[in-house]
Amino acid sequence: MRWWPSESRCGLAERRRILITGVSSYWGGRLAQALEGFEQAEAIIGVDEREPTRELERTEYVKVSNHHSLLSRIVRAAEIDTVVDTRLVVNSFAASPREAHENNVIDTMNILAACDGPESPVKRFVFKCSAHWYGCEQDDPAFFTEDMERKHPPRFAIERDIVEAERAVRDYAARRQGALVTILRCANVLGRDVETAYERILSLPALPMVLGFDPRTQFVHADDVVHALEHAVISDVPGVFNVAADGVLALSEVASLAGKLPLPILPPFGAGLVAQPLRRLGLRVPDEMWNLLRFGRGLDNRAYKATGFDYGFTSREAVLRFAEHMRLRKVIGDSDDAFHYDREVEEFLRWSPNVRREPSGEPTSEVQPPSL
Amino acid sequence: MTRSPVAPERTSLAALPAPGALARPRELLPAIEPDRRLDDWGRSERVEGVFDATLLEFFYKRWFRTEVEGIENVPSDGGALLVSNHSGALPPDAAMIAKAIREEHPNPRSLQITVEHFFKGYPGFSMLLPKIGCVAAHPANVHRLLYDERQLVLVFPEGRKGTEKLYRERYQLRRFGRGGFVEAAMRARAQIVPVCVVGAEEAAPIFAHVNFMKRVTGLLYFPITPAFPWFGPLGMLGYLPAKFKIRFLEPIDTADLGGPEAVADKALVQSVAQEIRSLIQDNLHEMVAKRKSVWFG
Repeated sequence: MRWWPSESRCGLAERRRILITGVSSYWGGRLAQALEGFEQAEAIIGVDEREPTRELERTEYVKVSNHHSLLSRIVRAAEIDTVVDTRLVVNSFAASPREAHENNVIDTMNILAACDGPESPVKRFVFKCSAHWYGCEQDDPAFFTEDMERKHPPRFAIERDIVEAERAVRDYAARRQGALVTILRCANVLGRDVETAYERILSLPALPMVLGFDPRTQFVHADDVVHALEHAVISDVPGVFNVAADGVLALSEVASLAGKLPLPILPPFGAGLVAQPLRRLGLRVPDEMWNLLRFGRGLDNRAYKATGFDYGFTSREAVLRFAEHMRLRKVIGDSDDAFHYDREVEEFLRWSPNVRREPSGEPTSEVQPPSL
Repeated sequence: MTRSPVAPERTSLAALPAPGALARPRELLPAIEPDRRLDDWGRSERVEGVFDATLLEFFYKRWFRTEVEGIENVPSDGGALLVSNHSGALPPDAAMIAKAIREEHPNPRSLQITVEHFFKGYPGFSMLLPKIGCVAAHPANVHRLLYDERQLVLVFPEGRKGTEKLYRERYQLRRFGRGGFVEAAMRARAQIVPVCVVGAEEAAPIFAHVNFMKRVTGLLYFPITPAFPWFGPLGMLGYLPAKFKIRFLEPIDTADLGGPEAVADKALVQSVAQEIRSLIQDNLHEMVAKRKSVWFG
């Protein structure tokens, strides 16, 4: 059973019609920008409830809630063959537990339902998951490989949601034999304007550490995550993969790379008791971080590298780059050139016959409006 | 960055590859960044070097006056699993074996010492132990070290049962776990080198255990030794100057046992573990019988 005509596999461009969920989130927006340069992408459609936060050249934005009947109509009408789901909330401070559950579990199920069914055109599903899937416990191995099962039940709501969301995607993969399902479990991300737990901790004047612990910490640069998603869309790489940069650093090493003073002020025991007073002092350590700050976590990244993916940054380089961004931000502040989405302008740019589309160079040029 | 737009040849139609089907070739292990002072396990050459040049040097040469036999049985390259008897409240045997290889071996390789997961959760230990080459005794860790990184790994199959035992039970090996170390070596196609250490039992004899203090301190056990707890935590290093003798026995090649496929044969695993245990036990008895004095050898 083949999903595609054989000649498309060799040489001749295989056209892709791609749907990106959560296109207004950081990852969705960046992936859409990256895929716009990918010639074989015949159509890129981004769905989200909010308006895009990044300037997109030819990605078509559809404002829609993650309701499966609506999504399913879009998927079928546009004959989407590749769906990329990048909306997973992986930090408990980014959303209330209720919102996170709604987003991570319920919406994932809705999206999967929209891609399911006998006449669904979807052949590829890429899911951005998180290394929080593994949790963080005292008796963990030093390097998680993708085939390890977690020994302990999830401790926190956010972990539970991530585990549940991934299970839904795996069930979908089992149900839809022949579909290429890729799950990417990303390590802690550092990057220029992505908000993560480590980004917050490293932005503090000093680096809070747990007294008597120096956990092993692994990062991945935001650009590498985008490329990893791109790689999953472009190549056929079904399976579960860890996405983590080379090199596992000790947190003290991270502190010195980032030029921060390591401050062992968090007590080794009784996290629950001190969390509240610390929060009052303005230091909020997310629940899922406490164990990471004690035991640390390392991932084996060889499986994804074996599929032909190369990382642009090591963990150390990611921290160094992040330190540069922080220093720059201290001087120039948050630059306020944020993108403002305006529906009329976007429509004019895309569809108006008066917009000059040059035959080469401009990404907008060659693309014909997809016939819906 | 190579982000080839050409799809690699892959005709698998299975939704998700079965566990273990993913390729993790050795060549793709992260290279060591020259600017770093620690490796990916958290080992610090600097901290280790300081330890080695001061404390270990003193204990190895002056205090325990260690004698080594059969160092040539430690392979100069490739992964090998060293299996030793274990004793002493804060066991000095592991550090002495590591030091012996660094001092006597023609290729002074570093040795990774497996320790209980407990230490990862105890403040202080958690920070220090990885820096001096200790790794939690997880089968996946041992496999990665032996197979992927081809290192020397030291295990104590007796585990805590060995270090807890009282002075009067000295040189009587405890149960050798469930043979997990044999499985690990077979999976990694690594050699097993049995090691016998004489002297550690007398260097840190345990006279009794205090269960109440064990609960209060959260330690694995709270022993009464000649120096602990009388001199506080430092008393753990208050070893008596027993004469140390380390004997490395001939390596056992797990490839001859049937390699990774034979791991499923639990009877084989158990009998090999049993054999190694009695081999070490017999050698220990012989070494103790030959010893004229605990202090002078």
